[in-house]
Amino acid sequence: MKFLTFLLSRLGKAAFVVLGVVTMNFLLIRLAPGDPASIIAGESGSSDPAFVAQLRQQFGLDQPLVVQLWTYLKGLLHLDFGFSYRNQLSVFDLIVDRLPATLLLMGAAFVFSIVLGIALGVAASKTRYVNRHRWLDSVIMSLSLLLYATPLFWLSLLAILLFSVQLGWLPAFGMETVGADLRGWDHVRDVALHLVLPTVSLGCFYMAMYARLMRSSMLEVMGMDFVKTARAKGVPAGLVIRRHVRRNAALPIVTFSGIQLGQLAGGAVLTETVFGWPGIGRLMFDALMQRDYLLLLGVFLVTSVMVVVFNLLTDLVYRLVDPRIEFGA
Amino acid sequence: MKPSISAFIGKATLAAVAAAAVLGSAAVCAQTRGGTLDAIVQPEPPMLILGLNQQSPTQYVGGKIYEGLLTYGADLTPQPSLAKSWTVSPDGLTYTFVLQSGVKWHDGKPFTADDVVFSADKFLRVTHPRVRVVLNKYVESITAKDPQTVVFKLKEQFTPFLALFGTDNMTMLPKHIYEGTDFKTNPANQTPIGTGPFKFKEWKRGSVIVLERNADYWQKGLPYLDKIVFHVIPDAASRAVAFEKGDVQAIRGNDIDGVDSKRLQALPDVDSTTKGTEFYSTMTSMVMNERKPPFDNVKVRQAVMHAMNRKFIVNTIFFGLGKVATGPISSTTAFYDPNVTPYDFDLKKARALIKESGVDPKATPIKILAYPYGSTWDRLGEYTKQSLEALGFPVEIEATDAGGWAQRVSNFDFDLTFHFTDQFGDPAIGVARLFLSSNIVKGSPFVNNEGYSNPKVDDLFNRASSEGDKAKRQALYSEVQRILVDEVANAYLFEIKGVTMYRKNVKNLVTSGTGMNDSWAKAYIEPLKK
Repeated sequence: MKFLTFLLSRLGKAAFVVLGVVTMNFLLIRLAPGDPASIIAGESGSSDPAFVAQLRQQFGLDQPLVVQLWTYLKGLLHLDFGFSYRNQLSVFDLIVDRLPATLLLMGAAFVFSIVLGIALGVAASKTRYVNRHRWLDSVIMSLSLLLYATPLFWLSLLAILLFSVQLGWLPAFGMETVGADLRGWDHVRDVALHLVLPTVSLGCFYMAMYARLMRSSMLEVMGMDFVKTARAKGVPAGLVIRRHVRRNAALPIVTFSGIQLGQLAGGAVLTETVFGWPGIGRLMFDALMQRDYLLLLGVFLVTSVMVVVFNLLTDLVYRLVDPRIEFGA
Repeated sequence: MKPSISAFIGKATLAAVAAAAVLGSAAVCAQTRGGTLDAIVQPEPPMLILGLNQQSPTQYVGGKIYEGLLTYGADLTPQPSLAKSWTVSPDGLTYTFVLQSGVKWHDGKPFTADDVVFSADKFLRVTHPRVRVVLNKYVESITAKDPQTVVFKLKEQFTPFLALFGTDNMTMLPKHIYEGTDFKTNPANQTPIGTGPFKFKEWKRGSVIVLERNADYWQKGLPYLDKIVFHVIPDAASRAVAFEKGDVQAIRGNDIDGVDSKRLQALPDVDSTTKGTEFYSTMTSMVMNERKPPFDNVKVRQAVMHAMNRKFIVNTIFFGLGKVATGPISSTTAFYDPNVTPYDFDLKKARALIKESGVDPKATPIKILAYPYGSTWDRLGEYTKQSLEALGFPVEIEATDAGGWAQRVSNFDFDLTFHFTDQFGDPAIGVARLFLSSNIVKGSPFVNNEGYSNPKVDDLFNRASSEGDKAKRQALYSEVQRILVDEVANAYLFEIKGVTMYRKNVKNLVTSGTGMNDSWAKAYIEPLKK
């Protein structure tokens, strides 16, 4: 019962947050100079002001801003995200078409960074704790520092140069081999191969974060009294780490993974651009450059809903990891 | 009498067709049928319907699907395409086109004169940003005399009229699909239907556009390629890698950063050409706002021309991919005249001109509105800042993106900026628009945004566009060029020389003045030698 109240009240608040985000975005986008009509006219090399006026009228840009906002909000109630004039398609279709690619990339990068990050963090702290192979700790920490400080796009380009151009092991761009018409497992394998470089490029930064976070959190728990007690009773170090330390050290990771999921969409813009990955990150970037207002708003709406949902999930996971935490609205 | 003549014509036609078939099949033997050509389309076009959209990626991909009545050779003379012949009446007011026979739309319906009338008179008059201007101003009527013949009647003479019938401009659109519908929202806009050598197959947004061979193409035996795949790769460095790896076999000059150009051209199995840009002959200019100081003073504008080392700009900033311009008309188009006042790099002369102008540079700060088309243009802005500072002006650079740039330039809200503009085969279409005082209109970029106004120039341009005699036209355009250069109506920087690169086994890619935008009907891939 407590859980249901919690969920309902959170969802109610979320709806208000999303409404606020939509309205703010709508107004903020209009502060940028230039509109779709002027861009299309510019790119067509037009010299006819009547043409530009005709485009504005077609896009509904000649209406007062409040009227445009009202029309947009009314449409949202029926899941009508509007029409992208640039792509000549409904915004909803465009996003639905591109969302799976982004979710796949985000999911892969998330799993990659969290699994590897935790493993590295645990390994580093363990070598320190049991006082053997302390050099491994230094190597892992230096590596994470390096990955933490390296710009994403630079890493991506280097990865392409090494693994695609020089070694020829992995494809450099796209999501699948064009025209191969692969089916079943061949298709899965093909997509997986294409997924490797973008996943690593997008995930490395967070992997480094997790490794450092996990290590320091582990070391902190290791210094606590209950761990000392367990050690004093003669429990082997490995068992202490598995039973007592790791679980207690995981909470900061949960907090941070919530933040990461929210930020992955932003990182995906760069990764998708460099690797030609057909996701919504690029859709958003193109829409911004082209002042494709409704498409941009649509992507913002979807990503903000995603962030809200991820935050909610994070709160639920807290409870799973540490049952002492209670649901509070 | 009559039947025998028609029988004779019938036989002659048969013989001609047979001969053509033999020649055609001989040609097929020489080339290789089949294969897929991978290229890059960048940025991703919004749609593929030429006629509704005129952005360069749309022209590039759409040019394989759609056709115009004419195409243009490297010397820009009209060549037959959907029209097999044409005649112009002596008074220059009636243009009659005879169409090819046996042409079909990609959905199997026949292409007829009605489609031409519909395209030009109903569709493009409304939708095409450039063509509609000419059609609405000069063309009185467009009629189908019979299913194979179309007649355009002009209100007054417009000499470059024939330059307007290429695929980019006078695109032919299927009447049976568009008539009576709202052209812009017609659902068929997602699946383009043309008459060209390649049919639309699929478009995975954000990743690829695939075209396949049109087996019913009216030029028998063509095209040679089975498939064309246009990859969407948004990052310039990744595009260069894709070409280097051989994932794509052909790239256009603006697909990659200038910095990669020399390295890729030097690859062992790569050929390159600067041909195929003649029709566009893109010109880069510096646009100075001539409504306010200091650029309202012609001496200041001349000083700026002397203060800019344009050889340095071409060779160092643009990696040698251009040629210093002498005036507003490109050296690769008709009516170019090199006999104009030269502006050499001479700081002393520039400073003297500033002194003569009576302008105090210290008191007139200048803001450069950067041209938002990549880092080379940023460098150009920085170099210009340095050059103007050498004359004593305090200079600031303002950054913007494409939308902001278009808006500010259209509203005359700038001191100095840059642009590059296409010339479309004739000064009347691509050059006059930048200088006519009737084109000083708010709200539109790439017109007379600098505010240059000279009744003499207006008169010369207007007379030249309706003058039928070529020598007389040349005289008029020569005079225009002299005036525009003397008064520095715009600062002419350089002609862009785009480099097309392709793998050595790709042949016949660039065969006309419209280059990579052409149909690729005759392009083929030679199998690699084992």
